[in-house]
Amino acid sequence: MSQIGSTISSSLKQYSAFFKEGSGVRNLSFIIMGASHLSKGQLIKGSLFLSAEIGFILFMILQGFSAIGGLLTLGTAQQGWVMDEELGIEVLAKGDNSMLMLIYGIVAITLCILFICVYHAHFKSMQYISDLEKKGLAIPSFKDDVKSLLDDKFHITLLAIPVIGVLVFTVIPLIYMISIAFTSFDHNHLPPKNLFDWVGFANFSNILTGRMAGTFFPLLGWTLTWAFMATATSFIFGVLLALLINKKGIKGKAVFRTLFVLTMAVPQFVSLLIMRNLLHASGPVNVFLEDIGLISAPIPFLTDGLIAKLSVITINMWIGIPVTMLVATGILMNLPSDQIEAAKIDGANGFQILKSITFPQILFVMTPSLIQQFVGNINNFNVIYLLTEGGPVNSNYYSAGETDLLVTWLYKLTIETADYNIASVIGIITFVLSAVFSLFVYTRSNSFKKEDGLG
Amino acid sequence: MKKDTISNFLSHGLLIFLAAIWVFPIIWIVLTSFRGEGGMFVPYIIPKEYTLEHYRYLFNGNSNFPFVKWFTNTFIVSVVTCILSTILTVSMAYVLSRLQFKMRKPIMKVSLVLTMFPAFMSMIAVYYLLKAVNLTQSLFALILVYSAGAALNFFIAKGFFDTIPRTLDESAMIDGASKAEIFTKITLPLSKPIIVYTALMAFMAPWMDFIFAKVIMGDNVEKYTIAIGLFSMMTRENADHLYMAFTAGCVLIAVPITLLFIYLQKYYVEGITSGSVKG
Repeated sequence: MSQIGSTISSSLKQYSAFFKEGSGVRNLSFIIMGASHLSKGQLIKGSLFLSAEIGFILFMILQGFSAIGGLLTLGTAQQGWVMDEELGIEVLAKGDNSMLMLIYGIVAITLCILFICVYHAHFKSMQYISDLEKKGLAIPSFKDDVKSLLDDKFHITLLAIPVIGVLVFTVIPLIYMISIAFTSFDHNHLPPKNLFDWVGFANFSNILTGRMAGTFFPLLGWTLTWAFMATATSFIFGVLLALLINKKGIKGKAVFRTLFVLTMAVPQFVSLLIMRNLLHASGPVNVFLEDIGLISAPIPFLTDGLIAKLSVITINMWIGIPVTMLVATGILMNLPSDQIEAAKIDGANGFQILKSITFPQILFVMTPSLIQQFVGNINNFNVIYLLTEGGPVNSNYYSAGETDLLVTWLYKLTIETADYNIASVIGIITFVLSAVFSLFVYTRSNSFKKEDGLG
Repeated sequence: MKKDTISNFLSHGLLIFLAAIWVFPIIWIVLTSFRGEGGMFVPYIIPKEYTLEHYRYLFNGNSNFPFVKWFTNTFIVSVVTCILSTILTVSMAYVLSRLQFKMRKPIMKVSLVLTMFPAFMSMIAVYYLLKAVNLTQSLFALILVYSAGAALNFFIAKGFFDTIPRTLDESAMIDGASKAEIFTKITLPLSKPIIVYTALMAFMAPWMDFIFAKVIMGDNVEKYTIAIGLFSMMTRENADHLYMAFTAGCVLIAVPITLLFIYLQKYYVEGITSGSVKG
C-alpha cells in the first residue's frame, strides 16, 4: 500500500514539474488529451487519445456518475404495487435492482481506473516527446510506434488480450463477489423483488461466532483433514507405485504405466459416477461381499458420515496415485545414483535407502507440485460433489452434509439456498487458507531457498 | 539369485493386482454400455445379454437427449478454446519468462493471488455479466469463459521457457532480430512439448466441465456440451432407464480422449515435470 502511495505522489510531482516547465498547447493537453500530439503532427495517436477522453466523459455523464452513486446506496426504491390513478388498479412498479447496480458500479469504477492509466500513458508519451525534442531527435511516426510494438514494447502486444480477458472474466467477477460478502444479499434479499444493502463485517461475524459457526468450523476441520489426507496418500502411494514399476526386472513397464495413466484420461464425472454406483447399497460391491458371506447387511460406503469420509479419501487415491506416479517416474529417471551406490557400500538395506535418500530427493523436487495439489484438494469440488454431493446430510449443519468441503458448501449456498453473502465469505476464507498455506510452505521449502521461487 | 526371482514374482503379482483394481471401473463402464437387461443397479458384473441398442438410442436422435448435437457442440467449443487458450497461455508465459519490463513481477504476483480464489466464487458474477450483454446460452459465451481465464495457467509453460538458454535470444538480437522474430522463429519452434501439453489440457477441459457449462446454458438442451448432456441423463426420474445409454455415451467420449491422451502422454510428462521442477 505504501508503495502505491509513494508511486502516486512521485507521479504527481512529475506532473506539476512538467506543467510548470511547459506552456501553451502542451499544457492544454492536460485538459484536452492529445492536443500536444496533434500539434506535433502525430495525428493518429493524438486523435486516439482525444477520442478516448471524449468517450470517457460521455460515458461518465450518461452512465458513470449514476452507476457510482448507485454503488453507494445499492438502490432505494423497492419493487412493489403502486396505485395507478388513471387505470384505478394497482400495478407492479419496477424498483431498483441492487445486484445490477453493484455490477454496473464496479464496471464504472474499473473504467475510471483504466482511464487514469490511459491518462498517465498520455502524460508519459508527452514527456517522451519533449525529451526527444530537447535532444533534437525526430518524433516517431505512427508507423514507428506500431513497429516498436513488435520489438521494444513486444510485451504489451502479447499481454494485451490475456490481461483484458483476465480483467473481464476473473478480476471484475471476483471484485463483485468479494463486495457481496459485505452485503445482505441472501435468500431474504433477492433482487429484483427485494433490495440488499451494505452490512459491513456482519457476515464474517455470523460465520465465525454467529449462527453459521456450528456449520463452518466442522466443515473447516474436515476440509483441512481431507486436503492433508488426500495429498499425503496420493503422494506416498504414488511414489511407491512408481518405484515398483521402475524396479529392476519388472517386465512391461510401459504397459503397466499406460494402464494406470488410462484412468487420468477418463473424465472425472464419468469415473466418479461409476464409482458411486459400484459402492451403492444395492451395487455390485455390496452384493458381492454379501454373496461370499463377508457381510450380512450392505456397507453404507457413501451414506454413513465416517465411512463416507474414509471412502472419499480412498477413492481419491484411485485418481491421485496415477498422477503422482507419472511425475515421480519422470523424476526417478533423472535422479543421481551415486548416493545410492555409496549407501549400498556402507551396507544400507533397501528400506533405509528409500527412507533416507530416494524419498527426500523426490520430495525436494515435488514440493511445489505438492503444494499445488494440497491447494487443489482444498478446492476439490469434483470428487466430493460427484461421489456424495456432500452427504449424508447432517441436520446440525446449515444446508451441508458430513463430507461437504468449504467449496461444495459454497456451491450449495449459491445454487440451492441463494445465500450469496455467506457463500462469498466462505470463498474469501478458502482463498486466505490457500494463500497462507502456499506462502508458508513455499518460503520454507528447500526448493524455494535453492531456486529463486517466482523468478 | 533365488531370492530375486521370488521378489520379482511377487512384484509382478502385486502390479497386476493393482492394475486390475485401476482398470476395473473402466471395464465395467464398457460392459454396462452393452448390457441388454436390467437398470441402474444389477448385482453382477458380466452382463447376461449384449446389445447395441443403447448406442443406437444415442444416435437416433431424441429431442431431450440430442447426443450428436452435444458432441458437435463440444467439439466446436473445445477446438476454438484449444486454439485461443494456447495462444493466450503461451504468450503470457513467454512474456513473464523472457521479456523485462516494469510490471513483470507485479503481474506475476497478482496472477498467483487470483488463481487461489475458488473458481466457483466468480461463476455467478460471470453469468450475470454475460447476461448483461445477452450472451448466455450460446457456445460463444462458453468459449469466452473457458479461454479468458487461460492466461492464468501460465506457470507450467513459464517453467519450460525458463529452461531455454538465453544465449539463443542474445545471439539472435545481435543479428538484428526483433523481439517478435525471436519469439516466433526461435522460441516457439523449440517449445513443441509445452505447446502440445497446453493445447491438450485446453482441449480436454470442455469435455470434462459440467458446472460452468450448466450455469451458462441453463435449460437450453440444444446448446449443451457432452458433459452436462450426459449429466442431465442422470436425474432422478431418468437415471434408471437411461443408465446404459449414459455409460454408452461415456464410452464414446472417453475413447477419443483416452487415445489422444496416450498418444500425447510423452508431452504430458515433459510438460508437468518441467513445470514442477522449475516451480
